[in-house]
Amino acid sequence: MTWFTEIQAIYVMWLREMKRFIRSKGRLVSSIVQPLFFLVILGFGFRAITIPGFGDIDYIDFLTPGIIAMAIIFSSMFTGISVLWDKQFGFLQEVLVAPVRRFSIILGRTLGGATTALIQGFIILLIGLVLGVHISDIPGILLTLVFMISIAFSWVGLGLVIASKMEDFQGFQLIMNLIIMPLFFSSSTFFPLQNVDIPEIFRQIIYFNPMFYMVDGLRGSLIGNYNINSPIYDLGIVMVFAVVMMALGSYFFSRSEA
Amino acid sequence: MDIITTHELTKKFNGFTAVDTISINIKKGEIFGFLGPNGAGKTTTIKMLTTLLYPTKGSATIAQYDILKQRDKVRQNIGVVFQEPALDTELTGRENLDFHARMYGLGREQRKQRVDDVLTLVDLEEKQDVLVKNYSGLMKRRLEIARGLMHYPTVLFLDEPTLGLDAQTRRAIWAYIKKMNKEESTTIFLTTHYMDEADHLCDRVGIIDRGKILVIDSTKNLKNSVGHDVITLSCDDLSTLHDRLLQESWIQNVKKHDNSLTLGVEKGDEKIPIIIEIAQSLKLKIKSIDVRKPTLDDVFLHYTGRMMRDEEPENPMKQHARMYNRR
Ligand SMILES: Nc1ncnc2c1ncn2[C@@H]1O[C@H](COP(=O)(O)OP(=O)(O)OP(=O)(O)O)[C@@H](O)[C@H]1O
Ligand SMILES: [Mg+2]
Repeated sequence: MTWFTEIQAIYVMWLREMKRFIRSKGRLVSSIVQPLFFLVILGFGFRAITIPGFGDIDYIDFLTPGIIAMAIIFSSMFTGISVLWDKQFGFLQEVLVAPVRRFSIILGRTLGGATTALIQGFIILLIGLVLGVHISDIPGILLTLVFMISIAFSWVGLGLVIASKMEDFQGFQLIMNLIIMPLFFSSSTFFPLQNVDIPEIFRQIIYFNPMFYMVDGLRGSLIGNYNINSPIYDLGIVMVFAVVMMALGSYFFSRSEA
Repeated sequence: MDIITTHELTKKFNGFTAVDTISINIKKGEIFGFLGPNGAGKTTTIKMLTTLLYPTKGSATIAQYDILKQRDKVRQNIGVVFQEPALDTELTGRENLDFHARMYGLGREQRKQRVDDVLTLVDLEEKQDVLVKNYSGLMKRRLEIARGLMHYPTVLFLDEPTLGLDAQTRRAIWAYIKKMNKEESTTIFLTTHYMDEADHLCDRVGIIDRGKILVIDSTKNLKNSVGHDVITLSCDDLSTLHDRLLQESWIQNVKKHDNSLTLGVEKGDEKIPIIIEIAQSLKLKIKSIDVRKPTLDDVFLHYTGRMMRDEEPENPMKQHARMYNRR
């Protein structure tokens, strides 16, 4: 009954992620505090602001989807990268010699990472609601959930790629600063880049930024406003990205040595 | 039937050859000991056989499955106790064992039973609900072994299983390994620094040095191949006696230690009176003398030209503690 073993393995990998998440208070706190900071400071700082092309907007509505995406992205990147911890602590060996497919291991871990990311995403959403975010309808919320899951999968995948290619944590900071931060600032999380006065070339670059589609999609589904593409179009792109990232992550992970 | 076969198995790290064209065959149900000084390539060999490292050249099979092409199948047939700790320190001892049991597909009843069994074996029942990060180095080691013995694989790899453990725990683990080997005919591939462990457990041993296999044979044949008795003696002036004995052609080798000399000779009991005579002619007083059959230590010395322990900077206990402290 090998399928039974595979499901057990997926479950136990998930369970492990959850236990570790619940036990590490620091991780929970820091992953909430930073987005909360953005939400409160920026949200109130720009309470009513005129953004070219949008007229008067409720900035907290504009901002919240991006901050939710941010929380999910950091959390799921962390899950992927935490393979490096396992490598350094030797635990990866225990996982890699187990009689289960590498794919089950990744799936379990990814589901665990996605669950923790979603919990954090929803905490931000709750905070947003307290701060007066206007959300759309029930179908919109459901679509939001689909977006959140796809976003989580994408970044766990990317984290796995990075973790499989790196030997230690040197370089991790570099990757965060050189990749994640630029992606963020060119994703229209904080203001709609399409409408500000920047060179045309930057405006085009946005369309190659996967984070843009994630944030834009969340706006379309959760708020139902301020989005540039239709949420379904965004979702298509985000899902393709998620599948590619997971495939790459699985490939590199299954080839990794310990 | 050969349960492990390797054919010219080789691993290079950036041009440095850690394992050099090793070819071995191990039969089902055998307890095989892999002996060699630090850095000989034992762990690297185990990592290749357990699919954790890719060989640079050569091939190997476990239970007829190719370690390169049928990796999932290989993993279904093995169990490993790693030399370096491989525990999740954020989980409790019991959770680590439970994780393992589930990964290896044990059902609920069996899981609880085995977890309890091995916790008793290594005497960790009281600490089972403590996070592993709060364990001492040797408690981690015990947990590690316990975990490796939980499921009954076709082949069990043990990399320095009892390094640094107290005599009582070592004996309990030996008994468990023997029982497993007997009742489940589990094939055991073990590396060790302890010659008494190899002597006690192994049917056959292979001696590896600088990545190359020097000899593989049964412990009995190996000891016979050294071909002589070992005489150990102590007296008040070791250096003088040592220099004098070097001149005797019937002594195959003389080695001076801190408080004793060891000599390799044929028919040791007949040589004792001669040695005493020589000592008396030098006006030296022999305090003690005894003759014994060669041990694996002597075999090791014979084939590698050095003692196992010459390679060790400190005693294994300290070395082990350091290994854990690094983490
Ligand atoms: N990942 C690696 N990269 C580079 N060199 C390595 C690597 N792993 C092992 N080596 C080298 O390969 C050689 C064999 O190492 P290995 O760990 O197999 O020895 P060992 O026989 O298990 O020794 P010990 O008794 O100390 O455990 C050593 O010289 C070691 O430095
Ligand atoms: Mg080793």
